[in-house]
Amino acid sequence: MNALLEDILVLDFSQFLSGPSASLRLADMGARVIKVERPDTGDICRQLYVSDVRIYDGESTIFHAINRNKESFSADLKDPVSLATVKELITKAQVMIHNFRPGVMERIGLDYDRVKAINPDIVYAEVSGYGQEGEWSRLPGQDLLTQAISGITYLSGCADQPPVPMGVAVADIIAGTHLVQGILAALFQKMSTGEGALIQVSMLESLLDFQFEVLTCFLNDGNELPERSAINGAHAYIAAPYGIYKTTDGYIAIAMCPVTTLGDLMKVASLRKYTNPDHWFDKRDEIKSILKEAFEQRPTAEWLAVLEPADIWCANVYDYNDLLASEGYKLLQMEQWVVSNHHRIKTTRCPVRVDGKRLVSEKGAPLLGEHNKKITEEFEL
Amino acid sequence: MNLPLKDIIVLEFSQYLAGPCAGLKLADLGARVIKIEHPQKGEAGRKLAIKNMWVEKDSLLFHTINRNKESFAVDLNMEEDISWLKKLIAKAQVITHNFRPGVMERKGLGYEMVKKINPAIVYTQISGYGEEGPWKKKPGQDLLLQSLSGLAYTTGSYNDPPTPLGLGIGDYLCGNQAVQFIIAALIKARRTGEGSFLQLSLLESLIDFQFEFLTTFFQSGRIPQRAAYNNANPLLSAPYGIYKTSDGFLAIAMMPLEKLNQLLQCMGLSSFKEEDAFSKRDTIKITIARCIETQSNQYWLRKAEELDLWIMPVFNWKEMKSAAGYKSLDMEQEIALENGRRFITTRCPIRINKKILKSDKAAPAIGADNKKIMESLG
Repeated sequence: MNALLEDILVLDFSQFLSGPSASLRLADMGARVIKVERPDTGDICRQLYVSDVRIYDGESTIFHAINRNKESFSADLKDPVSLATVKELITKAQVMIHNFRPGVMERIGLDYDRVKAINPDIVYAEVSGYGQEGEWSRLPGQDLLTQAISGITYLSGCADQPPVPMGVAVADIIAGTHLVQGILAALFQKMSTGEGALIQVSMLESLLDFQFEVLTCFLNDGNELPERSAINGAHAYIAAPYGIYKTTDGYIAIAMCPVTTLGDLMKVASLRKYTNPDHWFDKRDEIKSILKEAFEQRPTAEWLAVLEPADIWCANVYDYNDLLASEGYKLLQMEQWVVSNHHRIKTTRCPVRVDGKRLVSEKGAPLLGEHNKKITEEFEL
Repeated sequence: MNLPLKDIIVLEFSQYLAGPCAGLKLADLGARVIKIEHPQKGEAGRKLAIKNMWVEKDSLLFHTINRNKESFAVDLNMEEDISWLKKLIAKAQVITHNFRPGVMERKGLGYEMVKKINPAIVYTQISGYGEEGPWKKKPGQDLLLQSLSGLAYTTGSYNDPPTPLGLGIGDYLCGNQAVQFIIAALIKARRTGEGSFLQLSLLESLIDFQFEFLTTFFQSGRIPQRAAYNNANPLLSAPYGIYKTSDGFLAIAMMPLEKLNQLLQCMGLSSFKEEDAFSKRDTIKITIARCIETQSNQYWLRKAEELDLWIMPVFNWKEMKSAAGYKSLDMEQEIALENGRRFITTRCPIRINKKILKSDKAAPAIGADNKKIMESLG
């Protein structure tokens, strides 16, 4: 099978997650991605003190997850000779990515206008925290901080909880996804016009887009703030029974379904009176309290055996051990081994199948500057 | 401005969020997106509302997701309608659908059949759990996918029950990944003349979303645990989290404890070593919390800015909306409705050549574009 992208060279100057997750996806699609890293530390993510789990040489597991399938070229952008080499490399590339704070690339001399002067049809892509201008533009674009500004922390958890951030770096990942969309759209357009483009996304704008459904509601209902339910909060805008409930031996998730049907199936007489669907939202805490008590009486498997055959939208609640042991997970073949500096590391694959095939590559994350020699020779730098 | 996907026709057989949010992005990038809907029922999302907000007969939610699109109403059980549809397929570049496995095949619209009509088509199939296995008949609903994928154990703190993310994250991510691969496949189609068959599922999208966690888990064999106190990301050490002040909340991102203590000047905090920032994160975070709660947001933010620390206030939407930093993004746009009314929604988050992309075209009524489309097909 031919790759979706061929003969696309991506120079990735970005660090941490937003930009690198974008170039990872481009690599999955078949692009050649070269990380341009500073010689001393490289991408700061290599040493980012996350968790207590390390791979060889003390590098973080997350660096390896994000940077598999890439090459590394180390260069000191403050050194004029190295900078000239990098500029030479830029003339060979189709795409360049960075996520420095606004102004940094201008100081280095690799802002879009100057890069365009040496490579007019390049697709130049940048991720910022809060956009290129405005009162926040100089502030650090970091996941938790952009979550905090975006209002998203008032959507998860329950009414009596403080703001609850999403526990995965959602702003980084979504901004990286939007960046790839913009880059590819520009590459597509370039095939007919021959012209490059500047693509800009910010983590804050990406989080606003992520909230577009509920934010549109807020913008048109007189700016009423979301109210998380008091009991088993799962989505501030969805009626009972929506939520995760404790059972005698674990949890069960229940999505949208008629409260009365659920009451009948569970044999909870006190739910029969909620015949008006409007009350499923207005009285959701009252209804969910009754359900909470009922679900606590039996184990998860017994409830699933009652509810699933009746087409109630329900599921067990798994941790990673449960997930990995499940047949549904195994069939997906989501795992792959990559090799980095002779070490084998297990990680996940690209989630999309193309022409029935899973996209995998055993190429692991590069050592810092691992490909300097090869790249210098190949491009005659 | 010429938008990048101009001249691309997308036929959207998708319903609710995952497929339609992909269609919306493609439309904002310039594609002509035509919803293929049942003449009477229409897309099921038309009848799904939040907060009981409606725009005439359809929900505001439907209008939010389906602005900037056209509608072609066909009954897939009628021969004549199918033949119109096949003519349209011959002119299209992209198809998306999120029917359960087998449905499109039964209608004669599976990939193999469509490929015979249009070999360069990019055919995109979105499912909940993949096309086979014990879950293939299970509803591909977001909360259920969050629950099965382990995601509910990433948010909230250690002693909280599993806490779902309060948005349709699986649908949204899957739709956005579809956009990425659809455009990549369009690039390939233009280069080689060959189409592509793309398969996505909400479950694979949510597993990909947790790739840092799972890679860490594969390496250690231990499930990353949520912090017991003010968890914000189970992989991160103190001080990472949201802290209460005397009048609000602050988000504090990753930074050396010593650096944070330049701000806090807290005796208790100075007794912790940096190498314990993960293993003792709960004790350290409680120490920080006791100090932070004594002063106001403004007090801390002023000092944090002088020290260039990674600290920001926690806003609700009202606070965000009144901030100059939000206003300068120009993130909102008005959509004109047929009856002269308007509603406000957000715009596409991608900027091209410094321009923001807005379009005030509203969501179509069922079959609104049948006449125009049939005339163009002859």
